[in-house]
Amino acid sequence: MSMEAGTGRIWRGHPGPGARVEGEALVAADNFSARYDLDLTKGIFSRPTHKLVGESYVGKILVLNIAKGGVATAWMLREMVERGLAPKALILNFANPIMAQGAAFAKLPLIDRFPVDITAVVQTGRRLAVDPEAGTVAVV
Amino acid sequence: MISSPLPIAPLLQWGEGAPAPYRGEPMNLTDHEQAMLAGAEGPARQYAMEQIVSVGRFFDAKDTVAISQVHIMADPEALGPSGLAFLEQLAALPKAQRRVRVPTVTDPRGVDFAAYKRLGQTEAMADLERRATAAFEALGVMMTNTCINYQSVIPPVKGEHIAFGDTGSSIYANSVLGARTNFEGGPSALAAALTGRTPRYGFHLDERRRGTTHFEVTARPHDLAEWGALGAIVGRAMTSYWEVPVLSGLAPPVTSDEIKQFGAALASFGSTPLFHMPGVTPEAPDLQSAFDGPVPAARRIGDADVAALMASYRPKDDKLDVVVFAAPQLSLFEMRELAGLLDGKRLSPKVAMLAATSPDIKAAADRMGLTATIEASGAVVLSGVCFYQMYAREIGQANGWTRLMSNSAKIVNILGGYGYEPVLASMEACVESAVAGRITGLGRSA
Repeated sequence: MSMEAGTGRIWRGHPGPGARVEGEALVAADNFSARYDLDLTKGIFSRPTHKLVGESYVGKILVLNIAKGGVATAWMLREMVERGLAPKALILNFANPIMAQGAAFAKLPLIDRFPVDITAVVQTGRRLAVDPEAGTVAVV
Repeated sequence: MISSPLPIAPLLQWGEGAPAPYRGEPMNLTDHEQAMLAGAEGPARQYAMEQIVSVGRFFDAKDTVAISQVHIMADPEALGPSGLAFLEQLAALPKAQRRVRVPTVTDPRGVDFAAYKRLGQTEAMADLERRATAAFEALGVMMTNTCINYQSVIPPVKGEHIAFGDTGSSIYANSVLGARTNFEGGPSALAAALTGRTPRYGFHLDERRRGTTHFEVTARPHDLAEWGALGAIVGRAMTSYWEVPVLSGLAPPVTSDEIKQFGAALASFGSTPLFHMPGVTPEAPDLQSAFDGPVPAARRIGDADVAALMASYRPKDDKLDVVVFAAPQLSLFEMRELAGLLDGKRLSPKVAMLAATSPDIKAAADRMGLTATIEASGAVVLSGVCFYQMYAREIGQANGWTRLMSNSAKIVNILGGYGYEPVLASMEACVESAVAGRITGLGRSA
């Protein structure tokens, strides 16, 4: 699919917390946990088995599969936002309560539950508009 | 399957297990909840209601449910400076505005003040811990500092709605006791404590508590490490928070410590808050009753699978730095077993051994002479902490520890990402190895 063909596409998921943002997508079919997958001081993926290892997530719209890991992420997303080392938004196939609670606490945009595998239809580098209140992700 | 990372969710997840699509309906709030949301009872309870409504809307909760107790996870490593500053803001409010409204207890802390210097923890870590504790005490939180509150504080009862904030305490309360909770991370556990309410979604609802996936277990774990290995195998097969595994083939008796290790590993490897074990757990008197409709085809788990999971945490040589018993903290019975194994023995000077338990169990173990027996061997009993929640990476670096041995599948799972080479083995093999100064006794499952 060319960039031109992608422009204007829109996917509707479940509305979530946070304000409308635009940014560049960083996409993988992997799962997500703030405590186990990220180096929070460098702002990069650090778990060796993660597809995005070494990639910076700072300021990106992260598009990943499901939320995994323990409960610490509920505190950590806000710390990441306050230090300026957070993604702009989290787009997941399936969040869990810990991710939802952390995003609510951090006021970090979060949308999940799309009718398709969102990691398969959005490509890294695409510019996306994320509207959490409407639950929409659009290619712009 | 054993050595691969967590599986990617298959497409069937779109049909099964996941919550219903968005209904777009607002949450029904009582007049009292609306007043709290509007700030009538101060900023702490306003924050709490905002958190409840935000999470409740995300999961289409129709309303809130009253909860009877809260278990809050907020170790200083997870809290971070922003979380601590947030707690201190709440703690500075007038008393009527800041006190929790239901009994609220804490998960393990990050620093044991009796041991932190020996472990190489810093004064900065101790200071964060002191500040977090002071803030919690100002809110009226009871510092139980334990992840085994279901064994050592107040176990909830079948049907009781609660807000538990540790994956291990949540899965035990849901599955073994039949109480009802979601994973309540720190910010939401605190919201529940300040209001006595939590959004009614997920495992508070009858329909979410039914089995979705069937495993037929032909293996019979021989020790706590193997119970954890079994939990790890099931956990790795889970594809979302909403999947409820049912394990047939495990006949009673199963002990509290066995099912605790199983559940802690399942919750850690799978982010799973509920399982059923027909004939053992209360919401599954038999296999059929664990499911709505016909019993699904089973995936088999045998002795070879458990042995393979154990073998995936085998070292390449026999070097050993540290043995850790934690995650979950040890029960009084486990402390007794450890004291029995260490009685009259002396650890190799090359190997450290840490055993973490709750302050209440520690006091009992002190009184009964168990702590003295354990520590006479050279081991250290830690109180109110758990190894992976106490700056495990920094402790490892400070002490030069890489090769770590434990009977907890949960801890070997977590510490693999913290710069350790973890080895999973029975408590007996761990003790034998610590005495010998090298890894030994791995025969049975290897």
